Amino acid sequence: MKKVGNHNSNSRKVFLCLAMMLSFSFSSFAQDAAPAAATEAAPAAATAGGDPVKGKALFNSNCAACHKLDAKSTGPALRGVAEKHDMAWIYKWVHNSSEVIKSGDAAAVKLFEENNKSVMTAFPQLAEADIDNIIAYTSEVKAEPAAAAGGAATPPGTNVEGGSSNNVILGVLALVLVVLVVMLFMVNNVLTKVAKANGIEVAPKAARTPIWKAFVKNQFLVLVSSIFLLLASGYFVYGFLMQVGVDQNYQPIQPIHYSHKIHAGDNEINCKYCHSAARVSKNAGIPSLNVCMNCHKNISEVAETTATPEYSKAFYDAQIQKLYDAVGWDKATQSYTGKQQPVKWVRIHNLPDFVYFNHSQHVTVAGIECQTCHGPVETYEIQKQFAPLTMGWCINCHRKTEVKMEGNGYYTKIHEELSKKYGVEKLTEAQMGGLECGKCHY
Amino acid sequence: MSSNKKYWKSVEELENGSIVEALRNNEFVEEIPTDEFLGNADAMSSSSTSRRDFLKYVGFSTAAATLAACEGPVNKSIPYVLQPEQIIPGVADYYATSVFDGFDFANLLVKTREGRPIKIDNNTISGAKFAANARIHASILSLYDNMRLKAPKDGGKDSNWSAVNSKIKSSIAEAKAKGGQVVFLTNTLASPSTEKLIADFIGVNPNAKHVIYDAVSSSEALDAFEAVYGERALVDYDFAKASLIVSVGADFLGDWQGGGYDAGYAQGRIPKNGKMSRHFQLEANMTLSGAAADKRLPMSVANQKQALVHIYNVITGSAVAVNLAPEFKAEVTKAAQQLKAAGSKGLLVSGIQDKNAQLLVLAINQVLASEAFTTVGVREIRKGSDAKVAQLINDMKAGSVHTLIMSGVNPVYTLADSASFVEGLKKVKTSVALSLKEDETAAISTIAAPVPHYLEAWGDLVLTKGTYSLTQPTIRPLFDTKQFQDVLMSINGLTGTYYDYLKAYSSSFIAGSTWNKVLHDGVFVGAPAALSGGAADYTAAASALAKSKSASGLELVLYTKTGMGDGQQANNPWLQEFPDPITRVSWDNYVTVSGADAKKLELSNEIVANGGLNGSYVTITTADGAKLENVPVIVQPGQAVGTVGLALGYGRKAALKEEMQVGLNAYTLYKGFNDVQSVTLVNAGGEHEFACVQGQKTLMGRGDIIKETSLEIFNTKDSAIWNETPKVSLNHKEVEATTVDLWESFDRSVGHHFNLSIDLNACTGCGACVIACHAENNVPVVGKTEVRRSRDMHWLRIDRYYSSEETFAGDNERKENIAGLSSSLSTFNEMEKASDNPQVSFQPVMCQHCNHAPCETVCPVAATSHGRQGQNHMAYNRCVGTRYCANNCPYKVRRFNWFLYNKNSEFDYHMNDDLGRMVLNPDVNVRSRGVMEKCSMCIQMTQATILNAKREGREVVDGEFQTACSAACSSGAMIFGDVNDKASKVAKLASDERSYHLLEHVGTKPNVVYHVKVRNT
Repeated sequence: MKKVGNHNSNSRKVFLCLAMMLSFSFSSFAQDAAPAAATEAAPAAATAGGDPVKGKALFNSNCAACHKLDAKSTGPALRGVAEKHDMAWIYKWVHNSSEVIKSGDAAAVKLFEENNKSVMTAFPQLAEADIDNIIAYTSEVKAEPAAAAGGAATPPGTNVEGGSSNNVILGVLALVLVVLVVMLFMVNNVLTKVAKANGIEVAPKAARTPIWKAFVKNQFLVLVSSIFLLLASGYFVYGFLMQVGVDQNYQPIQPIHYSHKIHAGDNEINCKYCHSAARVSKNAGIPSLNVCMNCHKNISEVAETTATPEYSKAFYDAQIQKLYDAVGWDKATQSYTGKQQPVKWVRIHNLPDFVYFNHSQHVTVAGIECQTCHGPVETYEIQKQFAPLTMGWCINCHRKTEVKMEGNGYYTKIHEELSKKYGVEKLTEAQMGGLECGKCHY
Repeated sequence: MSSNKKYWKSVEELENGSIVEALRNNEFVEEIPTDEFLGNADAMSSSSTSRRDFLKYVGFSTAAATLAACEGPVNKSIPYVLQPEQIIPGVADYYATSVFDGFDFANLLVKTREGRPIKIDNNTISGAKFAANARIHASILSLYDNMRLKAPKDGGKDSNWSAVNSKIKSSIAEAKAKGGQVVFLTNTLASPSTEKLIADFIGVNPNAKHVIYDAVSSSEALDAFEAVYGERALVDYDFAKASLIVSVGADFLGDWQGGGYDAGYAQGRIPKNGKMSRHFQLEANMTLSGAAADKRLPMSVANQKQALVHIYNVITGSAVAVNLAPEFKAEVTKAAQQLKAAGSKGLLVSGIQDKNAQLLVLAINQVLASEAFTTVGVREIRKGSDAKVAQLINDMKAGSVHTLIMSGVNPVYTLADSASFVEGLKKVKTSVALSLKEDETAAISTIAAPVPHYLEAWGDLVLTKGTYSLTQPTIRPLFDTKQFQDVLMSINGLTGTYYDYLKAYSSSFIAGSTWNKVLHDGVFVGAPAALSGGAADYTAAASALAKSKSASGLELVLYTKTGMGDGQQANNPWLQEFPDPITRVSWDNYVTVSGADAKKLELSNEIVANGGLNGSYVTITTADGAKLENVPVIVQPGQAVGTVGLALGYGRKAALKEEMQVGLNAYTLYKGFNDVQSVTLVNAGGEHEFACVQGQKTLMGRGDIIKETSLEIFNTKDSAIWNETPKVSLNHKEVEATTVDLWESFDRSVGHHFNLSIDLNACTGCGACVIACHAENNVPVVGKTEVRRSRDMHWLRIDRYYSSEETFAGDNERKENIAGLSSSLSTFNEMEKASDNPQVSFQPVMCQHCNHAPCETVCPVAATSHGRQGQNHMAYNRCVGTRYCANNCPYKVRRFNWFLYNKNSEFDYHMNDDLGRMVLNPDVNVRSRGVMEKCSMCIQMTQATILNAKREGREVVDGEFQTACSAACSSGAMIFGDVNDKASKVAKLASDERSYHLLEHVGTKPNVVYHVKVRNT
């Protein structure tokens, strides 16, 4: 688990390194997430003697689209379903539910009515043994979430610990130094006394010009040091001014804690699935909430394994609930209420109005990976601005990036003419005219 | 040859150049008044702010600004909850629609971004005949007018639609019970479904009737056409087919019978195979048509009537007694004979408001068998009957009208006899004004009901017989509005929506097509048949016309301005700031007076030291006593002696922002719906300050900016004669200016190289391009006082030049004959006379995108630089506002932002309210105070076209590249494209022998190409 620092200032890093070097000791920084808490609960009352491990696999591939263990989805929650119906009925139901309903079975009709009259897909391919396995899996006792909660409570990371040990070492060192100084002073005193006692004359110190006076007198030194001071302050002032308005690493708190790590990283969802406008528009577009609901209609909670020491399952589930509130989705009835509340995201990448940037030019025409400018988004728990988005940054890329021209009919003629002109086969964006002011400023 | 001709922009420049001379030497007319400020010792010492205080304030505010700048603002991004399928943020959608507001009409393509319409383009699909004029282009801003009526009002109090609907219904029921009339007073609808709804209502309510009222009447032409062809319609002339055009008082390039003739006319004006059309114009006011004419005869309307009869005599061989003034006889006879000789290629049109005159037009064109005159697909855009409107007012005054439902009309403002209407309205039990705004009429009606703008509404239109156009909404209604048709459906007791009704009713008009197809195309073209014509007693009409009395005193000719039209969009700042093509005055209407009459009445115009134009005031009194006081005067070259002109559509007050309440209401003089009134003018004293751009941005005496020649010379002489390349001296030898260069040339052979071609022959000065440029490029509106200070921000201006010589032969002769002082004095006098009837040339000028741009070399911060594609770039955020570039620009096309024009209450136009800012183009920067701006050759559009081609992996095809102005130009005067594409239209035009660049001797090598104007004299 990597912690994303909000303020990663260089000075602190330097200080820490120094402290570590001084201490001549290594302190462990690594602290992995607490071992997954999901302890395998013993199968409770294995009704049909099925194998819950095989059952889990079957459940995930066949049932999970509509059923959850502990919550209602399109279909009802399945944990403990064996206690509600006998196995023969379940076999019949799974193999062809609509026939059971047609036959007028009271329980079947009631179930059908309760679930918005949605018909369950028939699974004639599942053998009775398979169904036994699934039932065995659904009959497992629910794991206690205590372990996960405990994990979240522990302080994240060991930075604090490492820091304190360094401080102690530093303190000890300082003490040693002080003792050394005191000892030196005392030794000196003793030696002087010894000298006096022995009648040795200690020459009195000649009155020296104070060092600052000497410094002022030395015109050359004054000149050199003032030039140095001016240059140094100039350097820092320039550095300060150049970062005004540059929001690299800007990482605001969003109204919904949306984790790109979970979506683009763990689940490998393509960036352009949600940011589809990036293909055709100048805006990449923040996905509208109906896009979220394509998946989240069925995913109303995260898996236990998604939870981290920092963010518990309850925390993530609350975020999904925020989405439901915004889009007006009632989890209980599996329907839209019509009460919508648009999400006010905090804008991270904010080019000034006088710059024209078009995503489709870069994404579709040039085929540039999103990560080139946006960084390893699939590892970001909290989204941040990766690139400085300064003009120099744009220009540098335009200078060295070769334009992808193959197979694009637009470039055929231009490529031929330009490569003749510059005598190269590969052309950079700059050679295409991509450094001209008016290409981005109008 | 052409450059020997003397061109002048204003009478003042021609007569007395001292101030004009001084002004032309300054790029910025006013010095920054530092002396005035610092030199005033008293004011400085008595100021309560000491120097120390001042420094404290400066220090504090600098520190505060610095601190504030260190922290960026937190912006929110709010995506859709449910994104509509067809909307992708950042991608424009286009919808075909059509408009008819009772005055203007067009087939359009509306560009929308994120669901809001931002720009109007012409629908170029075949069959979409009518291109948008300046007013239609500007109408998109009227959609976002903050002064619109936002919810229904009943008796001045806020109400709601259900209450209003039930009140209308009960009033109608009461009218039926009591035997009172129910009257629909509407503009010409041209909408079959609406007419059907009204007809259905009248069918079951015999006490109801429908009165059609056109604010600017074409009643006489309709009466004449109806008398001969039995249908109340207007001829849709095809000017492209006419090789000889005689117009007797018809401004067909303006608003005559609806206008929209530019495209056809311009087609015939471009010389092809040595041929072009010839155009005679007989008129009183200087109009766009007069400006385009080869031969213009300024004459009073009384004389025009005689001239028309005379032409009738010549064409038909009749001998009706005519009393034509002798000075016109020769010229009119010449025109008539040429018209006769042209036969079926000839065309006569007339704007004389007289049924007899209009009958003669039909007669003459019938005799000529004119191809341009056709009764196939007649125009249905004017139906008004002046007589019925007069009858309605009498009925109202008599108290026999119980319920009056008005839609699309504002009679309290537009009627000359407004007082009678108001008196009658008081006797009407329930009056309902369905209106966009709480205008003069809505304010005193019982119910003021808001209707949607046409961009928010459904509708169908039959503009010309046999065509069927659909109007579709491009945005959800902004306010609590209902269409007139919804109200009609409600009183007809119909349920469902007007959309369903329209869809069902459309099937009979779109045989062979489908609703979706017609909605997509915006227009459906059927196969209309020609009307079978009868005949009328034309000779009687001719003699009656010849005998018509001429008015005593001055003849006032009322007209509509290119910018304002009938005044519906008076609250539109784009149109208010649009300079009139002829007078170049914005933010005003005025009386145009001929030089001779001005001298007689002691009226004058003068240019004052700050470059502004001042004019006298007059009081206009009509024969029957109607008076208009303090009307400012413009001395108009070319105004017929004995006539004065005044524009309708100004002087509105109700529901207008204060800044827009300019001008005077000329409708009060529009007695008897007659555009010609007998008036007297009296100097009222005082001086009016105009916002006139004609004297501004002068060209420092570089007169050869316009090149023109006659068709004869064009056909017979070498292009070096009539399109001479300027010579410069190189090593004491005269060489062509284009061969000398200070700079190394860039290689522009690779990729695109954009050129804009402007044909001075085809340009009619209509100004559609100016407004389209405003809409596309977020050009700010600066207001009257700033325009007067020559701080207008138009990226594209249409210069109007007068030239005094009739022919080039005469020009040369006169020049050669000048010998000594006395001779030059007499020449000067003749020039004076020449200003009575000058020739006019229009020249659209925008940034010329010089390949060797003088502005680029003087910018100290490299804010303006050159692109390989030929565009001169301007990086606004880099500009520090030295204005060196504007000083060094030989074309005076750079505009400086003297103030912040958006979100600034000092400039309370559309950019100062949230609603008005919805029109802004999100792809173009809104400039801030202190930076220079100018035409970018619509780089956002060319870049978008390139990107589309890249995404689709294909080359750009010719015609795909457009700028806002070239797309808006319906006359084909502006063609834009890539000259590196040798097969493109613009590449051919750029190498045409008529092509030239402005001020070629400066060596700027512009990317805008002009074409020598050829006159068929």
